[in-house]
Amino acid sequence: MPEHPGTPLLEVEGLGIRFGGLHAVRDVTASLPPERITAIIGPNGAGKSTFFNLISGFYAPTSGRIRFQGEDITRLKTHQVVGRGIARTFQTTTIYKELSVLDNAMIGHRVRTRSGLWDALLRTGREQRDERESRDGAMRALERVGLAGQAGRPAGALTQEGQKRVGIAMALSSDPRLLLLDEPAAGMNPEETVNLMGLIRELVGGGLTVALVEHKMSLVMGLADEIVVLHHGQKIAQGTPGEVSRDPAVIEAYLGGHAHGGQMGQPGAAGSGASGTEEGAHA
Amino acid sequence: MTRSGFKPGPLVWVAVFALAALLPLLQPGGFVLDVAINVMIWSMVAYGLNVMLGYTGQLPLAHAGFFGIGAYTVGILTLKQGWNFWLAWPAAIVICALGGLLLGLVAFRTKGDAFSIFTLGVGVIIALVINKWDSLTGGNDGLNGVPPASSLFGIDFSRSANFYYVALAALALTVLIVARTRQSVFGRSLVAIRGGEDLARSAGIDVYSHKLRALMLSTAIAGLAGGVYAAYVGFLGSAVAGPTTTFTVLLYLLVGGVGTLAGPLLGTGIVYVALQFLKGLQDYQYIVFGPLLVLLVLFAPQGLAGLWDRAQARRVQARAERAVDHA
Repeated sequence: MPEHPGTPLLEVEGLGIRFGGLHAVRDVTASLPPERITAIIGPNGAGKSTFFNLISGFYAPTSGRIRFQGEDITRLKTHQVVGRGIARTFQTTTIYKELSVLDNAMIGHRVRTRSGLWDALLRTGREQRDERESRDGAMRALERVGLAGQAGRPAGALTQEGQKRVGIAMALSSDPRLLLLDEPAAGMNPEETVNLMGLIRELVGGGLTVALVEHKMSLVMGLADEIVVLHHGQKIAQGTPGEVSRDPAVIEAYLGGHAHGGQMGQPGAAGSGASGTEEGAHA
Repeated sequence: MTRSGFKPGPLVWVAVFALAALLPLLQPGGFVLDVAINVMIWSMVAYGLNVMLGYTGQLPLAHAGFFGIGAYTVGILTLKQGWNFWLAWPAAIVICALGGLLLGLVAFRTKGDAFSIFTLGVGVIIALVINKWDSLTGGNDGLNGVPPASSLFGIDFSRSANFYYVALAALALTVLIVARTRQSVFGRSLVAIRGGEDLARSAGIDVYSHKLRALMLSTAIAGLAGGVYAAYVGFLGSAVAGPTTTFTVLLYLLVGGVGTLAGPLLGTGIVYVALQFLKGLQDYQYIVFGPLLVLLVLFAPQGLAGLWDRAQARRVQARAERAVDHA
């Protein structure tokens, strides 16, 4: 890719947002290295999803700055952020269930087209070109997630995993550099989770940068190159999975609030090994 | 390759309009012609409302107000200013589009029910302004003697049989515009907004500007219909711009099928004609009409056109499943 390997794709500096008296995210400074998978983890209510909502322009931060590819995007609206190359998916399978898989993906491509109402009414050349490009772009995205063969089906008729893939295809249609996945494995069984991990790896192999919020530690430990740990809206650690799982502050945060915190260390690593072999079997 | 190959739509529409164009040649009675022209006028308003409710998922309740603005614009310009109808009509459409823009700039700060209620208030205010602004609109007395559409290419449009074609052309234009909008890149974004505003936003759609443009189109169509109405009826009273009119049109749309292309015409035609027949019952007409409506909502919540669409969808689904089985 054109950038220097060391330059982060996304940098946030002193990022924070208050809802009334509550600091949902507070003074977070972090960066996402390009073409890597960064996981945002933390106990429930740590501000992970809010962090995503800030980056994607869904919420306006009350403090701090966000830079993407060197450009300040702090005050941009969501559609402008998507236009710059940041796409996201939602926690639950939020897609247009009554529309076809292809239509879902074409909606994601809208940000790359300029056709407006006049183009629609007059069937201008731009309208026809945009329509064609939407279709092509959407089909490319569907091929990337392995849904090209189901383009005509209603999205709601797909399996849970299929619907997750539709959501990812919708995001990919906007041709992003950075993909934000909010709990991509929520509601998935272990096999589907492994498939999803394979897909994410493929996407990153193709030059995409991924940031994800996830609770399933097996997925996080097996997939992430880098982990950012949030607790009470603040960043308490950042590093490789190995570094983070040994970090005393992280262990304290997880053990302090959650009985499951102990899973972070060994069982997590073991889980990632297991999923790695399953992944190999699939490939 | 994924879009269902066979689309009867355009051909059916051409056939419907071709048949409708033959009606005056049969020299029907004045009553039939009057009903037909009224159905066309009101179905245009229903099409305008459908752009918002059916395709964008927003329910504005000020449409009668814009219909009134369109009608009064034509009425005032032709009656008081001596304008030619063919100039006043486009002016009415432009004014309604701009009015839609102004409304949207404020109203889209609200969402959902709040948006509907806000626009309902605006609709009431428009009707009140028309009613009270005596010097401009004639106030309570209304605007009497709006001239019929002036002759064009030697065709005398003061005759109902000829004016019928003006309404028919306006309706055809409306259907074409709405169909093209729905099928476009722009229209797909509207459907995305209908499906979920937050999702559309995060998918990269500029929700606000799309809603604004949809509302402008919607109110412009109401103005288009209002212009036809003014020239046809020749008398304008402020009541036509009030909320009762809005809800009547909404009823047409609900019966015909929200979000469908045939729905507005179908619903307006059936309800308007049915109400003509029930007119003999006077105030009791709604005792008959009410239960019919309840039955419709129970058994065809998507309206009459929705029934057809559902059957169609089942057929497509069955075909897709057969194709999967074969593969």
